[in-house]
Amino acid sequence: MTVETLDARRLLCPMPVIRTQNRVREMAPGEELEVICTDPGALADIPAWCRVHGHEVVQAGPGDGNEVVVRLRVGNG
Amino acid sequence: MLAVKVMQEQGIEVEGVNFFTGFCVEGHTHAIRKKDKDRGKRNNALWVAERLGIKLHIVDISEEYKDVVLNPRHGYGANLNPCLDCKIFMVNKASLMLNKAREMAGDGGFDFIITGEVVGQRPKSQRRETMPLIASESGAEDRLLRPLSALNMPETLPEREGWVDRSQLHGFHGRNRKPQMALAKRYGLDDYAQPAGGCCFLTDEAYSKKLADLWQARNERRYELDDIMLLKVGRHLRPRPHFKLIISREQGENNFLEGYRYQFTSLTPVSHRGPLALVDGTITEDEQRLAASILARYSQGRAAEAVTVEVRAPDGVSREVQVAPMPADDIPEDWHVGGV
Repeated sequence: MTVETLDARRLLCPMPVIRTQNRVREMAPGEELEVICTDPGALADIPAWCRVHGHEVVQAGPGDGNEVVVRLRVGNG
Repeated sequence: MLAVKVMQEQGIEVEGVNFFTGFCVEGHTHAIRKKDKDRGKRNNALWVAERLGIKLHIVDISEEYKDVVLNPRHGYGANLNPCLDCKIFMVNKASLMLNKAREMAGDGGFDFIITGEVVGQRPKSQRRETMPLIASESGAEDRLLRPLSALNMPETLPEREGWVDRSQLHGFHGRNRKPQMALAKRYGLDDYAQPAGGCCFLTDEAYSKKLADLWQARNERRYELDDIMLLKVGRHLRPRPHFKLIISREQGENNFLEGYRYQFTSLTPVSHRGPLALVDGTITEDEQRLAASILARYSQGRAAEAVTVEVRAPDGVSREVQVAPMPADDIPEDWHVGGV
């Protein structure tokens, strides 16, 4: 299974969501993407974006230092 | 929200588009300022999409949008808000997306655009004479439907084709939002974004003054995304025409400005607790002392005889200067860009 990483550190809302959206567009259903952010708002926004577009949030929570990490699985939508 | 609900009630499938211009009030400010923490960190557009059960496409137009801000054909509103040009630009972008989707999906693509505009609701972009202008100049023409105010306007393509039942649309007009609030209540919507503007920093007087000051100091009207982000943060003081200080007001802003220390000369009090300041411009050693004394006034050493301040260049080379904090009364009001 492919797990990609997206570095969205230092980006502020809504840029982490936009970068996630653009990356997911290039991925196939079932593939996973791990997004690393420093804007804590991403913990609410990326899961909300996933719910709206039918992707699954595998994990969302704190990462290293002041980072937050959201891992998602691309859906069929 | 209401316009989408009106369409959904007729069984029409809707997807949302949200444009990121760089001037959006929510998001960045919430992420930066600690004081806004209680307001939650939700992205309003996503929250609305989730409540409506629609997909939402967030599009970064910040680069192309510069031309709208710098050269608005229809001029500015009360501040540096180019509302009419902005609306034309956004409907045009939506129109291009619609055409692309129609090309790719044929009959399975989208058929028309809706907006929540209401005749007479906004002084610049939602006047009776500007609504048709938006439709024509954006290229959307009669594929642009305003479900909340449609009965005040000629029939559009979706109405003529029978895709939409005109009799179920509304004729709201004017600044009074009571009819919209009543409709929201009927739909069971009790939480929605603040009704009167406020979602764009360009409508804010203090922010517009800071942007105008930036252009004046640079002798040219241009900006980068970092510039307009920094205008949202901190106190901006311009003690000399060729440099200004951006001084954080609290921890959240301090953290945000930290990320810019490799681009700007920065100052931090080291003998006392205090804020971080960035210097926008090039300064001499004497001016470093002036900047340090201003910064010291905002530190916990403001009443001390001397405060030691570290001055760090973008490449990391630093030196310490010892200064007397500038008394508050000695800081002229007109140094505060955008007001005190």
